Amino acid sequence: MGDLQVKKQPKKYDAVIVGSGAGGGMAAYTLAKAGLNVCIIEAGFMYDPQKNITQLKNPWDSPRRGASTKLRPFGDFDACYGGWNVDGEPFTKEAGTDWMWWRARMLGGRTNHWGRISLRFGPKDFKRKSIDGLGDDWPIGYEDVKPYYDRVDKMIGIFGTNEGLENDPDGFFLPPPRPRLHELMIKNGATQAGVKVIPSRLSILTKPIENDAGRGACFFCAQCSRNCSIAKADFSSPNVLIYPAMKTGKVEVISNAMAREVLTNKEGLATGVSFVSKNDGMEYQVEGRVVILAASACESARLLLNSKSDRHPNGLANSSNVVGKYLHDSTGAALGGVLPQLFDRKRYNEDGVGGMHVYSPWWLDNKKLDFPRGYHIEYWGGMSQPAYGFAGSIEKMNGKYLVKGKQKEAGGYGASLKEDYRFFYGASVGMAGRGEAIPIASNYCTIDPNVVDRYGIPVLKFNVKWTEHEIKQAKHMKETFKEVMHNMGAIITWGGDDNESNNWGLSKPGEIIHEAGTVRMGNDPKTSALNKWSQAHDCKNLFCVDGGQFVSQADKNITWTILALSMRACEYIVEEMKKQNL
Amino acid sequence: MDRRKSLKLIATGAVAVPAALAGCATDDKKVADKAAEPVFNLDRNPDEVKYEKELLAKGPFFNAHELATITVLCDIIIPKDEVSGSASEAGVPDFIDFIVRDMPNHQVPLQGGLRWLDLQCFKRYEKPFKDCTAAQQIELVDMIAYPEKAKPEMSQGVQFFNLMRNLTASGFYTSAIGIKDIGYAGNQPNQWNGVPPEVLAQYKLAYTEKELKECISFDKEA
Repeated sequence: MGDLQVKKQPKKYDAVIVGSGAGGGMAAYTLAKAGLNVCIIEAGFMYDPQKNITQLKNPWDSPRRGASTKLRPFGDFDACYGGWNVDGEPFTKEAGTDWMWWRARMLGGRTNHWGRISLRFGPKDFKRKSIDGLGDDWPIGYEDVKPYYDRVDKMIGIFGTNEGLENDPDGFFLPPPRPRLHELMIKNGATQAGVKVIPSRLSILTKPIENDAGRGACFFCAQCSRNCSIAKADFSSPNVLIYPAMKTGKVEVISNAMAREVLTNKEGLATGVSFVSKNDGMEYQVEGRVVILAASACESARLLLNSKSDRHPNGLANSSNVVGKYLHDSTGAALGGVLPQLFDRKRYNEDGVGGMHVYSPWWLDNKKLDFPRGYHIEYWGGMSQPAYGFAGSIEKMNGKYLVKGKQKEAGGYGASLKEDYRFFYGASVGMAGRGEAIPIASNYCTIDPNVVDRYGIPVLKFNVKWTEHEIKQAKHMKETFKEVMHNMGAIITWGGDDNESNNWGLSKPGEIIHEAGTVRMGNDPKTSALNKWSQAHDCKNLFCVDGGQFVSQADKNITWTILALSMRACEYIVEEMKKQNL
Repeated sequence: MDRRKSLKLIATGAVAVPAALAGCATDDKKVADKAAEPVFNLDRNPDEVKYEKELLAKGPFFNAHELATITVLCDIIIPKDEVSGSASEAGVPDFIDFIVRDMPNHQVPLQGGLRWLDLQCFKRYEKPFKDCTAAQQIELVDMIAYPEKAKPEMSQGVQFFNLMRNLTASGFYTSAIGIKDIGYAGNQPNQWNGVPPEVLAQYKLAYTEKELKECISFDKEA
């Protein structure tokens, strides 16, 4: 690098988008369809679900039989490149705090393997401070976002049911799949415990819908985590947004491109993005009329904080000093076990869709509880495809329960052991809560003054701690799950021994991979980075359309709201461009 | 030094163990069976291609004696029965050799466990495990296969056998033979129409009218 040069792309785009997940994909699609020229900068590898296939593979197609590696932490068939640690891209943590940070490094990001759980926020979710005095209200309400949720439902497709629930609003749903056997048992056990169970709401096409992506209907292989290469029946940004957007000829993708800074001019307006190419190690700049950040809540905050200039000495869009603050993740706690009534069960194909067919939206009134906000419950179990770790530690099972009426000695080998494996297969069941944490200013990421990554980009230092609110929520989850398991006649084999010494099994901050809040929107430029159109208060041609803009994230997985808000912001961009305001 | 001879010497206390172990480690040639080399038949990103190329370039982890011992053990754990074939027929020894390359944390427990087993056999039968009679092998396995009734002095063997059992199950039930044995019926395009009626009846369960009305259903005749 003795002769460092910066190569400027000659073409000036209407929009430069950093990141290609839900927010970036929707931005590229919306803008390209409106006729704008778009450049996407993606930090990871190019990826085409039509060519990069793990779907319908057999376990033995992976010599490690689907086990995880550092490069694919959710297993060999999982469709997400990247993970908890990325070589050459460190991050740091303040002593005594914790943060787990999943970074996808591929076109489409985490949308390639996510759970497809697509929950709109309800009216209360935008106005939590008005309800419980904690955190802040959004500058917008459900009525502002509803039209976009409706269009996302119809355009991308989602199954579910209209239940008329106050804070889990109805939508435009395709029919859900019928519950599996263990899900019927869960429904009974949960209902007895007063927990509501309704069909899940997943962005999977149980029927074909009109679309421009060549998408078909789900054929029930349960492998959404592998991305639906064959039918494109689940939502991923590449299958549903980016490749269709590229067909307009208006979208260019630069992959393996690590954004370094958002560039600004003397007036303080954004002019483009500088990046380092992981292919050739060279420095590049690409110009755009608007710059849209969709790099993930933490990467977008990092980019802003690293974009210092005379006009933006505290980092870009950060005169309020809130960028990086209010970082929060979903809470999580889980337990599982076995259902003895499913021992020695009849075999049939119960793959179904990828994920649960039923779930439990938050069902309680916080006035009667010792913690704010709520959680939803996700369920699993049954006869899944064997993979590495199959029936591990059977010695803890086969001496404990009668096998075909016989008391056996724990452990063993031979034909008797083979009988045991068959006997116990498909009897597992489990559940997990995903709850709402309170975003607070003292939970933040900021630039570590002492550490850079291999590209010389200063890295993030995290400082996040759970509070009593989240810990009490986890305790409540565990108590609920135990009651549901008991009602079903299930035996808890893991996750049942938590107590206050381990925060009741509460996940680590970041572990649920729902990072949000770091570039939040608000009406007051002194306390927020963005206005209600996801537009920077300090820089009118800069937008952030990922989880960073969230004021709070409800007990709802955030992707559906990212999609709706990105569509909303990008239509605003098109209108403002027409009015010559951008 | 000949493996048999060195083990015999260890057993009789004629040589110090560390020296003998060192001698054995260089003794056997690594197995080089190209046909058994693992093949990745699924999407790989460039970082994975690089990592896995390096992994495979290392060649097999176990020597011929170790692999033969693993094969005997796997087939004791999962033998052929009236339903399906044996672990070795399902390629489990090759799977175990690959997985220890991929997961180095298994290397010492397995390699050390195999040696522990051989020494136990040598003390009792004056032969390494794989060369013992079937009856002797089973006699030894019975001492380590049942964690709750094994003698305390066999606890290391119990740990080793638990690991062998787990890895054998992982390898076997993720093979074509094992998938058929366990009866996993999925991983293929189909139409999910709910739990089969006879299964619902068995568990005295039924779909509600609401579920039947709102859920997707497929006409089996179609």
